[in-house]
Amino acid sequence: MTRAASHSTGIRFENINKRYGGLYALRRLTLEITAGECVALAGRNGSGKTTLLRIAARLVRPSAGSLMFPSTQQSGATSRVQTGFVAHATMVYDELTAEENLTLFARLQGTADVQKRVDTLLQDVGLSDRRSSLVRTFSRGMRQRVAIARALLEEPSVLLLDEPATGLDPHGAAWLAGTLRRLRDAGCTILMSVHGESEISSLATRGIRLDAGRVVADTKAGASLQSILTFADA
Amino acid sequence: MSLLSNTSALLGKELRTEFRSRELLTTTVVFILMVIVLFSFTFDPTSAESRRFGPGLLWLAFLFAASLMLQACFLREQTNDTLSALRLSVDDPFAIFLAKLAANTFFLLLTEFLLLPIFSVLYNVPVLPVLGWLILVLFLGSLGVSIAGTALSAISAQARMRELLLPLLLLPLLTPVLVASTEVTKALLDPAPYVSWKGIGFLAVFDLVFLTALWLFGEYLLEE
Repeated sequence: MTRAASHSTGIRFENINKRYGGLYALRRLTLEITAGECVALAGRNGSGKTTLLRIAARLVRPSAGSLMFPSTQQSGATSRVQTGFVAHATMVYDELTAEENLTLFARLQGTADVQKRVDTLLQDVGLSDRRSSLVRTFSRGMRQRVAIARALLEEPSVLLLDEPATGLDPHGAAWLAGTLRRLRDAGCTILMSVHGESEISSLATRGIRLDAGRVVADTKAGASLQSILTFADA
Repeated sequence: MSLLSNTSALLGKELRTEFRSRELLTTTVVFILMVIVLFSFTFDPTSAESRRFGPGLLWLAFLFAASLMLQACFLREQTNDTLSALRLSVDDPFAIFLAKLAANTFFLLLTEFLLLPIFSVLYNVPVLPVLGWLILVLFLGSLGVSIAGTALSAISAQARMRELLLPLLLLPLLTPVLVASTEVTKALLDPAPYVSWKGIGFLAVFDLVFLTALWLFGEYLLEE
């Protein structure tokens, strides 16, 4: 199901600040993720993981600092890097069927051969037999599968995942891990927030832990992935 | 992906979801029907009074019904954060606005065309002789309401007191549209009907100015 990303793109956060009123979600955060890396982002609740992912998706504008996608060398505010994003919310319409949701987003993204791509993704996420059911009739895990399929519609060169295994059963989590592995091997840059060790977090080629909006541990700086994921050195 | 093809895909989604749930249409039709029926008891349908007050009453009902409709416009996108998915998917965020305002105008016009015959009967005001002009006024007025309302709905959906904020912003902003639409409708329903070009011109200019502003600044209204 996974097609190779058309080109690899890294992500560079430079001196990013993000404030909500008087509260800092991110503080002067500088981070470079090279093209093709699979980064596990760990940290306590409220450490800034979701904000960082939403800034990378260009859904949130930083209060200060800049976001760059090195392979394109264009400002994040103006370019549209092929980004797949799975958020906490499912980002799909309850009043549409699984097929209608995927077809809508495929059309908006200009996906070539929409029907074929939608059929393939529905098959891969195991929802072919429920393609004509309204999403509001789905369980949380099934909705998450539609959400992941939506994020993979366009061949993403950057994939951003906010706790992607939420609601997935072991079979679904294994499917997701397999999909991410294939994407990683195809050169897609992956940045995912995770909690603890799992099949999905074990795919990471790099681990970063955030605390109070700052990077406090990084495997590139010598920390082990296990200690980052389990807060062993915190 | 062109602006038009994105807009048409999104408009299809708006129509499909509404015709499935019928939330907005039911609310607005019932609201306008109640206003028209209740106020019909306060006028003598044979007198000139109904011609004098009818158009204002009709547009006031349309405006309040529109504010009910517009409230849900962007609020629906908040439920599953689908607005973020749309922002990630479209090249030009104006497509999101264009689809929503087209859908809102369509729903508003549909409601108006459903209730116009009832208004005509209850208030004893013949609308058939001036139907063509009346359709033009309803279109221009409804378009103005939808353009300004869609923009304000995007702002208010992200605010804390969203239910209160939209009417507070919308009603003063739309007062000129309400006045112009009422004046043109009143002139058309006069025993000696005439076309108020001044009013029609004002409505067209209002629509054009607000549509241009939405095209220029709409992107900023969608930011978190």
